[in-house]
Amino acid sequence: MHDRYARAGNVADPPYLAPEYRSTRVRAPSQPLIVIPQTLSEITGPVYGHADVRPQEADLTRQHAAEPLGERIIVRGRVLDEAGRPVPETLVEIWQCNAAGRYIHVVDQHPAPLDPNFTGAGRCVTDADGVYQFITIKPGAYPWRNHANAWRPAHIHFSLFGPSFLTRLVTQMYFPGDPLFAFDPIFNAVSDATARGRMVCQFDLATTRPEWALGYTFDIVLRGPNATPPDPDHA
Amino acid sequence: MPERTPSQTVGPYLHLGLAPADYNVRPLFGPDLTAPGVTGTPIRIEGRLIDGEGNGLPDALLEIWQADAQGHYAHPADGRPLRSNSFRGFARAPTDAGGGFAFSTIKPGAVPGPSESLQAPHINVGIFARGLLKRLFTRIYFKDEGMNGSDPILALVPAPRRHTLMAVPDGARAGVFRFDIRLQGQDETVFFDA
Repeated sequence: MHDRYARAGNVADPPYLAPEYRSTRVRAPSQPLIVIPQTLSEITGPVYGHADVRPQEADLTRQHAAEPLGERIIVRGRVLDEAGRPVPETLVEIWQCNAAGRYIHVVDQHPAPLDPNFTGAGRCVTDADGVYQFITIKPGAYPWRNHANAWRPAHIHFSLFGPSFLTRLVTQMYFPGDPLFAFDPIFNAVSDATARGRMVCQFDLATTRPEWALGYTFDIVLRGPNATPPDPDHA
Repeated sequence: MPERTPSQTVGPYLHLGLAPADYNVRPLFGPDLTAPGVTGTPIRIEGRLIDGEGNGLPDALLEIWQADAQGHYAHPADGRPLRSNSFRGFARAPTDAGGGFAFSTIKPGAVPGPSESLQAPHINVGIFARGLLKRLFTRIYFKDEGMNGSDPILALVPAPRRHTLMAVPDGARAGVFRFDIRLQGQDETVFFDA
């Protein structure tokens, strides 16, 4: 049985143990992972179509009585696999803090204002070309207690399924040129600079809507098919 | 060819995006797979997610993926007919303040394995948390299951560690199984790379 999904591409991923990100020290496994074949249990996975998600859930600026404060933005991109093929009809879920750097989440105690017009959760399903789009506001930076004077660069959390259990990805989208990049152990847990760049969206004038909102593009590449053809003797 | 987007942690505010019921957002998934029309033996899996210092994780999310009672997956790569379309096989449960979690589901059937082998009933588990920069993947097997001895995946796990993958029947409550997950240290749960 050959691997349906590539194993080599995960060099971009951060390790479980990244000591500068403090909470990994007690949460990273100490034993090596056990490598197993990709069985039917792994090459299947949850597939949910458009029926479950409502179009208005992709607009985070229209979930309340009035619009949230902050810089309105459009975030648009394609979900692809490593072979460059679009991933259609896959669920994309996002969450983020408000423009002041505060999450509505009960655990967030950062003394920045909540915005009664912003929840910060959205979702959509990619179209036949793998395209998704959200309308939201640009999130702020916020402090955390990882180390002295620690601040997270502005980011939006992205969660994606793809076609199987093995294509599942949760990542964060950052904004270009953020001065906090150099100090963030989560961003820098990805050791390769080029790979870190793939978590940063790009400003895009063509996506920008005149007199309304700045546009950013962010393509997401999920684990793709194994490039090695199956051994004919063991196909 | 495009290269993969790296993984990042879900962070401490994961509920907002992935289990948002407390924030007046309709959740897409919950911890209960026993919808009307689903056939099979109902089971409940209860456990605790524990860090290397013995503390429960209050800011984690578990996702399960499993076959139906016949061992069929609701996915085109399986292709075998499903007895009921109401069983989708995927559920989510955030941990509570003490690291506890629970799923209500049905016991999965045996699933085809590599080289015409048969895998013992099992449930794939994905774990996300603050402090996990990428998902952890483990499996729930059932301690009282006779097929475990011939399961091709369990065979890859060193014998002294296999018990970490076994859901144990709760002596007092029928259909309830206990499955604790230890991220690090003594009796560390086995995690997989597929």
